[in-house]
Amino acid sequence: MRSVAEVVTGHGPLTMDSLIPVLQEVQAESGYLSDGSMEEISAAIGVPVSRVYGVATFYRQFRFAPLGEHVIQVCRGTACHVKGSLSIADHLKRRLKLTSDGNSPDGKFTVVTVACLGACSIAPVVKLDGEFHGHLTIQKLDALIDEIGGDE
Amino acid sequence: MITINEREIEWVPDETVLQAALRAGIAIPHLCAFAGSPSPQAACRICMVEVEGTPRLQTSCTLPARDGMVVRTHTPRIQRARRTIVELLLASHPDDCLFCPRSGDCELARLAADLGIRGRRYAGLKKSHPLDVSSPSVIREPNKCILCGRCVAVCHSVQGVGAIDFTGRGFETRISPAFYTGLNVSGCIFCGQCIRACPTGALTEKSQGEDVIRALADPDVMVVAQVAPAVPATLMDAAEISSITEMLETLSGALRQIGFEAVFDTSFTADLTIMEEVSELLHRVKNGGALPMFTSCSPGWVRYVEVHRPEMIPYLSTCKSPQQMMGALIKECYPKQFDTKGRRIYSVSIMPCTAKKYEAQDLGDIDAVLTTREVDQLLRRFGMQFTPKGPRAPLDVPFAEATGAGRIFGGTGGVMEAAIRTAHRLITGEELKGGPKVSDARGLDQVKVFSLDVAGTQLNFAVVNGLGEVKSILHSVAQKTSPLHFVEVMTCPGGCVGGGGQPYDTDREAIKKRLHRLYEVDRKSASRLSHDNEQVKSLYKNLLDQPLGAMSHHLLHRSYLDRRKG
Ligand code: SF4
Ligand code: SF4
Ligand code: SF4
Ligand code: FES
Repeated sequence: MRSVAEVVTGHGPLTMDSLIPVLQEVQAESGYLSDGSMEEISAAIGVPVSRVYGVATFYRQFRFAPLGEHVIQVCRGTACHVKGSLSIADHLKRRLKLTSDGNSPDGKFTVVTVACLGACSIAPVVKLDGEFHGHLTIQKLDALIDEIGGDE
Repeated sequence: MITINEREIEWVPDETVLQAALRAGIAIPHLCAFAGSPSPQAACRICMVEVEGTPRLQTSCTLPARDGMVVRTHTPRIQRARRTIVELLLASHPDDCLFCPRSGDCELARLAADLGIRGRRYAGLKKSHPLDVSSPSVIREPNKCILCGRCVAVCHSVQGVGAIDFTGRGFETRISPAFYTGLNVSGCIFCGQCIRACPTGALTEKSQGEDVIRALADPDVMVVAQVAPAVPATLMDAAEISSITEMLETLSGALRQIGFEAVFDTSFTADLTIMEEVSELLHRVKNGGALPMFTSCSPGWVRYVEVHRPEMIPYLSTCKSPQQMMGALIKECYPKQFDTKGRRIYSVSIMPCTAKKYEAQDLGDIDAVLTTREVDQLLRRFGMQFTPKGPRAPLDVPFAEATGAGRIFGGTGGVMEAAIRTAHRLITGEELKGGPKVSDARGLDQVKVFSLDVAGTQLNFAVVNGLGEVKSILHSVAQKTSPLHFVEVMTCPGGCVGGGGQPYDTDREAIKKRLHRLYEVDRKSASRLSHDNEQVKSLYKNLLDQPLGAMSHHLLHRSYLDRRKG
């Protein structure tokens, strides 16, 4: 994993235009943007950290808490929505007791919603640790979670 | 020529339609564009106008006025559009006007009234963001924010601090420091310029009025006040009183009437500051100390250095600010001399500044700081107003006398001018050749750089007001390429008269008027040189011995902290 400093040096001369690409790369490296990493980015580009944070919180793609052991991406595209993805997302929220950053309190799960996973033919769909699971029902989803130990 | 509402108005190049209309006395409502803002943002769209030949409504704050243009500002179509915009803003606004710190002096409420909004047509979801009372100076109430962006513009572009910004998106958008923390742990320097910029009660000062009222009612406490030089110059805006000295005596009379037992003049300690600061400067020049030396009387600037540029600490003068010098003198010497009943002294300072609240909390000696806005409220609580007929009282010895030099501390360049007058005398034994006025230090330019030949040595000076422009100077100091010897930095545009604790409607014109009043009282002062202040002289004789002496160090100087995070 590259440090923030390494990412930043890789970018050459930095301007305000570099902010989003740098944020993306740092997140790609560590899975989220920590307060400390945003402070570092702010110092490197020479913009106030309030602006870095303002830009980062504007875009849905950025996360501010580390990822859990397992990442569940819930598709909220049109096809999935029609097939009931909202109740899937709601179910996960309740079952895993997700906090506002999408993490379960035990750090095991992170749930993120995405605009479209591009697998509309098998809607509703989630991606669990990189693997697609289509034609999903709440029962199937519960079984998947039970399997990797989400019971309590 | 441009035509606005069938009236022909002289066309001036480089004006926007909004500016042209305002100049002609046509009040186009506007929110996101405001006097202190560096560039209009066309965010609120309230300033829309109709331009002949263009079907769409245009935002007048960004629309350049063109010769021959025909503009209408209040057609039924525009009025409807404007009203709807404001009604939508109000849809999610709390119904709190009666209990709001801005009650009676709120731009949003005034705007709504001017547009004839007398009922709720849209009921929106109310926001529920936490109140931020973490800072000693500024309170944030994000639920009253209408996201006009003025505070952000001021904090980033005028002050160069950038402690707050738009965060989040959609309904969740709010103005906040990074990481949704409190202002106290952000980069905020507590200058309060955002308060003055804000059209609502979303940003207000942390008021200490109630504490003062309690102290006034306490028989075991002796309440005394000091008044900063910018305060009388500002109260004169609304009072029919024509000189600073009369205004001071009227304020002093009113304060006594409500229970203050002594009122001192912070301009006295401004003179004292000059004695110490000039001695320190000459000491540094002679002994190869850190140069340029920066003034340290503006607490927002001091905090800026401590939080953002701690490597610059050695360049800050070690002098306390006039407020804190007065605070120390009151606590250390006054009770022994005057309060025979042995009561506790409660020391109130009346300041144009919100950062002074922070400074008082940080350094102690002062119990409460009231801004110009708060002192006006306090007196109204007691049914007092400033009228020429009000009771007058002289200020209190031994901290009553101020020279013209001490008085001009209230505006940008004032500390520099006062310092140069005294420095010239200390170096050459003579007064400045052309009289005490130092024109180069005056005026509202953000940076004024000039030099002066003193006894064959060229001394280089800079005066900065509004922190936005200080960075280039700090850069050259860091590179060790700065030719400067002495730099005055006042955090707020215009200096203290444009401070964050000043009336909400303070604009450039008001600042100019107040500066003019300060220069007038200086011009008419019997003494215009800090070192000629008789009460300062006797203070040295009876207590301090000499500038930079042991007693001075104990009472009048301070140290600084590296407060950079991480
Ligand atoms: S900010 Fe203005 S409109 Fe809002 S509650 Fe306060 S006084 Fe009323
Ligand atoms: S008080 Fe000054 S530094 Fe703090 S947020 Fe307001 S404008 Fe910015
Ligand atoms: S806090 Fe005040 S100035 Fe800042 S965006 Fe909100 S309403 Fe505007
Ligand atoms: S004042 Fe022109 S768009 Fe806000």
